[in-house]
Amino acid sequence: MELNSHVPEGPLAEKWDKHRFSAKLVNPANRRKHKVIVVGTGLAGASASATLAEQGYEVSTFCIQDSPRRAHSIAAQGGINAAKNYQNDGDSIWRLFYDTIKGGDFRSREANVYRLAQVSNNIIDQCVAQGVPFAREYGGTLANRSFGGAQVSRTFYARGQTGQQLLLGAYSALSRQIKAKKVTMHTRQEMMELVLVDGKARGIITRDIISGKLESHSADAVILATGGYGNAYFLSTNAMASNVTAAWRAHKMGAGFANPCFVQIHPTCIPVHGDYQSKLTLMSESLRNDGRVWVPKKPGDTRNPASIPEEDRDYYLENKYPSFGNLVPRDVASRNAKEQCDAGKGVGSTHLAVYLDFAEAIRRDGEATILKKYGNLFQMYEKITDSNPLHEPMMIYPAVHYTMGGLWVDYNLMTTIPGLFSIGECNFSDHGANRLGASALMQGLADGYFIVGTSIANYLGSTALETVNNNQAEFSQSEHNVQERLQKLLRSSEGGPEGKFTVDEIHKELGLLLWDHCGMARNKEGLEKALLELPAIQDKFWNHLYIPGTGEELNQSLERAGRLADFLEFAEIMIHDALDREESCGCHLREESQTEENEAKRNDAQYSYVSVWEHQGEGEQPKLHKEMLTFADVTPSQRSYK
Amino acid sequence: MTNSIDINLEIWRQKDSRAAGEFEVYTLQDISTDMSFLEMLDVLNEKLTREGKEPVAFDHDCREGICGMCGAVVNGIAHGPEPETTLCQLHMRHFKSGDTIVIEPFRSRAFPIVKDLITDRSALDRIIQAGGFVSINTGGTPDANAIPIPSATAELSMDAAACIGCGACVASCPNGAAMLFTGAKISQLCLLPQGQKERKERALSMISTMDSEGFGNCTNERECEAVCPKGISISNIARMNREFVKASLF
Repeated sequence: MELNSHVPEGPLAEKWDKHRFSAKLVNPANRRKHKVIVVGTGLAGASASATLAEQGYEVSTFCIQDSPRRAHSIAAQGGINAAKNYQNDGDSIWRLFYDTIKGGDFRSREANVYRLAQVSNNIIDQCVAQGVPFAREYGGTLANRSFGGAQVSRTFYARGQTGQQLLLGAYSALSRQIKAKKVTMHTRQEMMELVLVDGKARGIITRDIISGKLESHSADAVILATGGYGNAYFLSTNAMASNVTAAWRAHKMGAGFANPCFVQIHPTCIPVHGDYQSKLTLMSESLRNDGRVWVPKKPGDTRNPASIPEEDRDYYLENKYPSFGNLVPRDVASRNAKEQCDAGKGVGSTHLAVYLDFAEAIRRDGEATILKKYGNLFQMYEKITDSNPLHEPMMIYPAVHYTMGGLWVDYNLMTTIPGLFSIGECNFSDHGANRLGASALMQGLADGYFIVGTSIANYLGSTALETVNNNQAEFSQSEHNVQERLQKLLRSSEGGPEGKFTVDEIHKELGLLLWDHCGMARNKEGLEKALLELPAIQDKFWNHLYIPGTGEELNQSLERAGRLADFLEFAEIMIHDALDREESCGCHLREESQTEENEAKRNDAQYSYVSVWEHQGEGEQPKLHKEMLTFADVTPSQRSYK
Repeated sequence: MTNSIDINLEIWRQKDSRAAGEFEVYTLQDISTDMSFLEMLDVLNEKLTREGKEPVAFDHDCREGICGMCGAVVNGIAHGPEPETTLCQLHMRHFKSGDTIVIEPFRSRAFPIVKDLITDRSALDRIIQAGGFVSINTGGTPDANAIPIPSATAELSMDAAACIGCGACVASCPNGAAMLFTGAKISQLCLLPQGQKERKERALSMISTMDSEGFGNCTNERECEAVCPKGISISNIARMNREFVKASLF
């Protein structure tokens, strides 16, 4: 596997311009001759589909939900960053770039991150023009708020539903192209396999979720916008159907997988409360603008929070990090919550929670102001927990939220398979070892609206492609393999459910193993233990799984089993990756690598690289490749938010 | 306070779109009142699976009330008894031990049943495709602050834009109307300066698609507003009607 990042030469600020000039183009009249497949309709997939169709390509778009509007980008609450500097508080493209690369703990590629900051402003213009109802000041200009890891106010928002509004904007642009017949939309279709012809990505095999029928689709290029793999842990803030299958299938066909151990554990989620729990709910980071995080000073203090006086409370983030306070980056906030709970200061019935308290903000600004900012979040919290944050502090605990790792891509967002592109959370490219709040929406839309179009033109304009149709051997062979895999999944179900396990039972077991050993804090011993225990879970899955029904019908158990099969394989490279990286960086805390003050200790001399894993065949150890990171324009420093 | 309750369920089971469906009865014991309604269905499905029976198919995804994928009629009310709550955000603390809970799909002429509680709501997508957008391409847009919009206008537009497209409004309407859904999108865009250029065509095209998809008309029952998980007001229907009249006459 050869890793060439194809970063253009020249000064950082000129690279993107230069690249756009030197990239190959496709004549407008020729674009309609090229077909592009887009898998996924979140911010990245919907915006890419719409943009490519507007440019004139023939686009086929796929999603597993009943409508492209339901992708999980819709659940993003807090906002989207841009370097507009509308607040005149010292923001700039350079500062957004610097904050993002520092927030990622210097484990991302300079050129990609700089480009992200550059196009961030176009995104806001684009979304406003679409009719996205962002929050406004009374004078009619756009409002901003602050997010973790930044000291400027650069986050644009639409109440606590920013992801929804941005996605509906992209969905409306996509709908316009569906009406214009430039996009063929395939809903309730799950990608099961990537098809290569002559070593290039030329199509996919999908399963119609309603009929169970397999279909072959061919194209000149394939774009994966299929999101992250947080559901490997079973419990996460991801939607129930979010999965790694598309990316994992691409990996097994030869696409390098980068930094799989980089998983963001979000600090402000509603704590787990029972073993029936199916998912975790995030409470937007924006709450930390006004909420104060605290625990009782004394371990085991079970008094009602209202009866704990100020002097018995430890506002540990404010005390430990006076300059960023409650707005430290997510990894720092999560780790500190765990530390407090490990020290016995956790609150609530499980003692795995800390308080997020709005009492002071309400005294200062009044209930009405606080409700205007966070009303829908308070309402959601109350629905789930039966407790009103206006009267009692929220209880929060970290939960798996976002995955910085993903398919390795070069500057063109192309994977190591020619013609296969990966955008949004599905790739690894911009967030390093930790993503800052309000940057996921920014990256998804940057990739889809403003970057991948250049890449597709460059690829199609510089590559000789044979004519391919979907009934040639590569497709029928691939369909056959998928059919066999489905049969294999159903095999152990013969003879009924006795003595067997359900998909969810096994998924929970995998989730617990990963959370315990490859979660918020990792060490060699635990990771090695996890590697030893994983085969038993895999064996249980393949030999003692019970799935009711058949493959020729709508079968939600079979869908989940297929996704779990891939999570079970994927978990292996995740653990290998965490083992290899014997440093702490961003979200990845190796307990062996800490400063004297128990802060994460990075090791630039040995680990300033992107880990890229190559599949070596079934049962073989994956092979590690390294893309060395060089920093010409910033100097990696030990992050300090004190 | 965490409690456990025992409940009886009557759930609509239908093998596929062509099969005749019927209610089946189940009982569940020791259901934690902290459980969400969909987690209760998960528990039922795990039980059915272990008994070698087919689990109940239902649509769901984000489970935090925003994707609009979930929904069923619970005891005669779309999304169940709690106001402004999607089915995934309904919790079992709103039920009592011994309750019988009747669960049906979102029934409407324009929403064919796919299986059990799953329906086909793609007609809503086709209404949006008819004109629920501003016709601009990517790139070349003016600076975001070049289009100042009064805060109150933006908020009013946002009230309408909050629609999650779940279809509860259609399921609860005696006429099977999608006017709250369509009115919300038309309102969001006609309130904003960005939506002015195509204001007439949008209203006419979306409304005619709504009709041709088999949705009914509004007779001011207000059932849609009562069940809407996002509290979308029927004033959006009134605004849509005004838009339609203006677009037809002027």
